[in-house]
Amino acid sequence: MSKVAKATQASLIGNLSPVPGVKKVDPILIADGVTKRYGGLQAIDVAHVEIPRNAIVALIGPNGAGKTTLFNILTGFETADSGSWSYDGKVLNGKAPHLLPKLGMIRTFQLTKVLGLLTVMENMKLAALKQTGERLLASFFPFLWSRQDRALELEATDILRRFKLLEKQADFAAGLSGGQRKLLEMARALMTHPKLIMLDEPMAGVNPALTESLLDHIKNLKQEGMTVLFVEHDVAMVREISDWVIVMAEGKIVAEGLPDQVLKDPAVIDAYLGSHQDSDLGLATGRITLPTGTKATRSGK
Amino acid sequence: MDFQSILFNALNEILSPTTAAYALAAMGLAVHFGYTGLLNFGQAAYMLVGSYSFAIATLSGWSFFAAVALGIALSLVLTVILGIPTLRLRADYLAIVTIGAAEILRYVVTTTGMTEITGASEGLIGFKGTFDSLNPIPVGKYDLGTMVINEYDLWLRIVGWTLVAFVALMLFLLMRSPWGRVLKGIREDEDAVRSLGKNVFVLKMQALAIGGVLGSLAGILFVLPRSVQPGNYATTLTFFIWTILLLGGAATILGPILGAMTFWVILSLTQGVLYGLVESGIIGFMTVTQVGQIRFMLVGLLLMLLVIYRPQGILGNKKEMSFGV
Repeated sequence: MSKVAKATQASLIGNLSPVPGVKKVDPILIADGVTKRYGGLQAIDVAHVEIPRNAIVALIGPNGAGKTTLFNILTGFETADSGSWSYDGKVLNGKAPHLLPKLGMIRTFQLTKVLGLLTVMENMKLAALKQTGERLLASFFPFLWSRQDRALELEATDILRRFKLLEKQADFAAGLSGGQRKLLEMARALMTHPKLIMLDEPMAGVNPALTESLLDHIKNLKQEGMTVLFVEHDVAMVREISDWVIVMAEGKIVAEGLPDQVLKDPAVIDAYLGSHQDSDLGLATGRITLPTGTKATRSGK
Repeated sequence: MDFQSILFNALNEILSPTTAAYALAAMGLAVHFGYTGLLNFGQAAYMLVGSYSFAIATLSGWSFFAAVALGIALSLVLTVILGIPTLRLRADYLAIVTIGAAEILRYVVTTTGMTEITGASEGLIGFKGTFDSLNPIPVGKYDLGTMVINEYDLWLRIVGWTLVAFVALMLFLLMRSPWGRVLKGIREDEDAVRSLGKNVFVLKMQALAIGGVLGSLAGILFVLPRSVQPGNYATTLTFFIWTILLLGGAATILGPILGAMTFWVILSLTQGVLYGLVESGIIGFMTVTQVGQIRFMLVGLLLMLLVIYRPQGILGNKKEMSFGV
């Protein structure tokens, strides 16, 4: 392990060894004994997990591992059968989803939920919290809220410029491309001034040209003091930006640690990411057979 | 055929108090469906609550404003009863519950066990006094060009359309505010709005209440030129209001007003023409009563053509709102 990696690990978990459920030096989100069962399927069975503060944490695992379900439970969009979880010391179980942004916890969705029939700017302004004009009686009197609305517009303009969406501000969000929607959803989340931002597959369906800028945006979030927890399938991306990786399979946390270690762990690769992640898919499916005497090799080994 | 009287009758519908009542009820439905996406198939229930509570309160000696206040208060009670169990569920459940509630209420007021209070199938009359006593217009005949009306009908038209204009202004203010913005967000994707920290349930409740109060006021306006008849509050009333809303444009402020005017002008024109054809013997195989039903078939046809050729309504923005939602 390099010196840098050692320092990162020490800052996150002190001198403990990186095993599933390891205690963090300064966790922002803690989940305990969370379970969820759909009929005969144990969808979620997380004994203990902590998300370290001000880090970029990747949640990876095969399809059906329960990543999105865990997201939904932690954010109140689904109910768990048992367990407790807390954010910044505040117990969250049983809390309705709309209460979480006020605490500084915001999420995005795997299938983007931009509001297509509102303009890009309206999407942004809608997200801001504590708006006087959202109270029914105050909404009749523009002089009570127009000043705040203008301030929000300035703030939104600033964020949209960073996300290169400013020239789209007057367009209906339905007219954006898939990648731009992902950007807008992330930009919109920032309007709530979050401390913890949870991104469900931020790169899915985003073209490679946009991927770079999305990665930069995520790195910037950390620099601005936020904690990022994201679900992702793209191993290269996980390796590039995450400080910590948590691996889920069949509803359980099966491994966690620094990306370089976790992503090299043969058990993780073979069991949860597919043993042929870096080779031609044809090898995995048997469509292509290699000449006898050669072995499929994995890059990076 | 007397074409002038057919035309004048149709034009008179434009400013009739009934048209104002339908416009008001459709504006309530615009808040529900057009702006919030709530499928309310029981707008007749709100109108029934308004009509009956106003008439019953007036007949037991309440003042005009107290009776109107009761109508508003009871529509809020109905909103709570309908909203609390259904607004947490998927949109279609509200549709089922509202259409059921409207029918239940209609059967309740028709039941003979309550004849003392509701008049059962006879309905109620004799509740116009308090409204008439507020009338500042001197007794007499007033010529509007296409018709001559008395001071009561003129007063009713002034009050009715002033109310419609006031409500239109209020809705305009509401829908351009951040509150309206959240409402439009809910219409499209509640989960997205919820994830951004908005209490979707409370906002839907508020929208249901506002549309319900408008329905109740429409019910009061609806009975002021006539008597209270339980048969008027059948599901057809709800569907006429839906037709008006979709005709004018669901997510618009002026659409319901224009829709109501168009709807009643078309009904009146077709009635005049069809009756004329029967009386002059051109349509010999049908009676006037039978031909009256054809008008409503035409309403159905109109709705179909609307769905196919102009799903956003007369004033609607196709991008924003059409039947596809």
